[in-house]
Amino acid sequence: MEYSGLKRVASSPHIRAGRSVQGVMLEVIIALVPAGAFGAYFFGWRALLVIAVSVASAVFWEWLYARMAKKPCTVGDLSAVVTGLLLAYNLPVTVPVWMPAVGTLLAIVLVKMIFGGLGANFVNPALTARAILMVSWVNFMSGGAYETAVRGLDAVSTATPLAAPESYSLWQLFVGQCPGCIGEVGRAAILVGGVYLIVRRVISWRIPVLMLGTLFVCTWLAEGAPAAGLRAILSGGAFLGAFFMATDYATSPVTPAGKLVMGVGCGLIAFVIRRFSSMPEGVSYAILIMNLTVPLLDRYLKPRVFGEVKKRA
Amino acid sequence: MGFYMARTRRKWGMRVDKTLTFRRGVHPREAAGGKLETRGLPIESAAAPSVVAVPLSQHVGAPAKPLVRPGTPVLMGQKIAAPDGFVSAAVHSPVSGIVKSIQTRIVAGGRRVEAVIIENNALDEWDTSLMPVRDADDPAQLLAAIREAGVVGMGGAAFPTHVKLSPPAEKSIDTVILNGAECEPYLSADHRVMLEETDAVLDGLRLAARIVGAKTLCIGVEDNKTDAIEALRRAGGGAHVFALRTKYPQGGEKMLIRAVTGRSVPSGGLPMDVGCVVLNVSTAAAISRAVREGRPVIDRVLTVTGAVRQAKNLRVRIGVDIDSVIEQCGGADAQANKIVLGGPMMGLCAYNPHTPVTKGVSGILLFADHESERPLSNCVRCGGCVNVCPVGLMPLTLYALSRKGFYERARDEQHLMDCIECGACAYQCPSRLPLVQQIRAAKSALRRG
Repeated sequence: MEYSGLKRVASSPHIRAGRSVQGVMLEVIIALVPAGAFGAYFFGWRALLVIAVSVASAVFWEWLYARMAKKPCTVGDLSAVVTGLLLAYNLPVTVPVWMPAVGTLLAIVLVKMIFGGLGANFVNPALTARAILMVSWVNFMSGGAYETAVRGLDAVSTATPLAAPESYSLWQLFVGQCPGCIGEVGRAAILVGGVYLIVRRVISWRIPVLMLGTLFVCTWLAEGAPAAGLRAILSGGAFLGAFFMATDYATSPVTPAGKLVMGVGCGLIAFVIRRFSSMPEGVSYAILIMNLTVPLLDRYLKPRVFGEVKKRA
Repeated sequence: MGFYMARTRRKWGMRVDKTLTFRRGVHPREAAGGKLETRGLPIESAAAPSVVAVPLSQHVGAPAKPLVRPGTPVLMGQKIAAPDGFVSAAVHSPVSGIVKSIQTRIVAGGRRVEAVIIENNALDEWDTSLMPVRDADDPAQLLAAIREAGVVGMGGAAFPTHVKLSPPAEKSIDTVILNGAECEPYLSADHRVMLEETDAVLDGLRLAARIVGAKTLCIGVEDNKTDAIEALRRAGGGAHVFALRTKYPQGGEKMLIRAVTGRSVPSGGLPMDVGCVVLNVSTAAAISRAVREGRPVIDRVLTVTGAVRQAKNLRVRIGVDIDSVIEQCGGADAQANKIVLGGPMMGLCAYNPHTPVTKGVSGILLFADHESERPLSNCVRCGGCVNVCPVGLMPLTLYALSRKGFYERARDEQHLMDCIECGACAYQCPSRLPLVQQIRAAKSALRRG
């Protein structure tokens, strides 16, 4: 019998799990939809414009870089879309429309592609871009930038909840009836997306739970009231950071133990920055700082090897 | 997770799920679906081929030395090659007929080996000098019979069984475990053997235990084979039958021992270091036949499935062309382009359709595989490989180090040599990186020195 088609010889395994990189990114995009939809509903059409510019420019920069560097084009893996979404979610709705495009240029080209592309960057692209935008255009990124008319709030708000902690109830913070960045205020929506990612086993529960838990406990102990702890995790970018930024594959540990330390570290540093520095918000810096420890965590917090014999002194 | 939950439940005095397992591992989609087609099909005897090519090296260790020359007439079951040294195995003629020649053949995985080509006279005349063991209570006689019959591990590794059953005197063995996990998707040969040859399997287990002086007899079967578990329990005979969680690689030797006994084979060690010997269920049946009938290993049960007209569980003669086996299953589907010998997770590719079946081949799988084998992307550091590695390794790190040629660092810092090559990492990888393949290459580079 002839097997004209019998051409393939390969090393095992001969079957593969169904999920591809593109599939993973698609799951993240799906999980990000509720928070973005809430942002659009709450802040109005301009939020959608910022998101659209951010996503489109992120994809464009990646395409352009691949073309100029004569590398295979990788926009099909959808990771640029995720970066674009995350950067937009971290901007106030009032930013000029060119800012997300500058931000994604930094995120995609400077942070990701130059270091070798997807998986090879050592800090979170969207957060690094946000940090650079923050120091470069303070007036667009903080304080007055959050003064805008939003649905459901009577007055134009003058300060973020972090600067004026008692202006909003815990419930308002949870459902997102407060000022903030486009994608960070809809905390209930973020929670839905985050739980979706955990259920679909895209991310582990370890980083978000430990990060929010640490921030909660530290603030509770410092303020002496559990409500203060709740307020801490329900304000600023804690939710968005815990579920979507600190869990970024490339910049978080791959081992379970490393993820626990990453979560605790992010929570602790965020608490310290918020409480002891002159900045009202510290989640993004906390995550960026912990990003730098990831190679070390992966090196020293390996899983226990099966049947490993304890070394005797 | 499950591991910790079970421990906590036990601590709280709650009922713990009786299903046993190891940590991590994967649940291939094909594990359930792939077996459905063949699990209910009784073993059929395949027609004897007109010519067989019996490789002299079907086992781990030195190739056997041929005892025949072109023109020698042989009987069915007659020894045609003797083991060369202790770690080697005898080879027997699966047919009666005449030796045509001794030629080089390519076996699964691309190895070139010498094979005895025998023309079948279709009479199936048995070698009448084959005798059962006279005193089945004498471990030395049992061991000699197993060696004489050329029994090797039939789960795939093909390690000579008499070597496994001869641990050094300082290692005391208290437990013999039969491996009926059959965790590889698509395969149901062991499943059928447990159902249809239950008594031979249990007899082989008792004989093996007698040889090594073990008191505890265990059989581990994945809980997707409840009928086999029932059959083995009904047959009794002092063996503990454990239902194991259906998870790959549950049939890995170390994972099986952990699930059944709770003992961990030390890194770099062997099952005998924790007082265990593990045998495949089909190997146990072969032991029984060798001892009770003096019958050598001249055939085996395997599953033919995948892109084939009619999937079957077949008892085939050793040395038959896989091509003729596939033809007995109605031929391959037109789009089939890959033949795998063994399971889809660890099986080896056949280089051509005239590869002979050897003692370690548990399945013939035909794949219609049109996916590119190239990686899809960089490592995205999702940690999926770390989450599934049953040994607790970091495959992504081993991969990165090996790619750069840092084999020693991979060995010294990342436990390279502990890898059992189960392929769970490469199965899981969303970037489709050749993780286990690279690790295998690194291991063999280090072994070559």
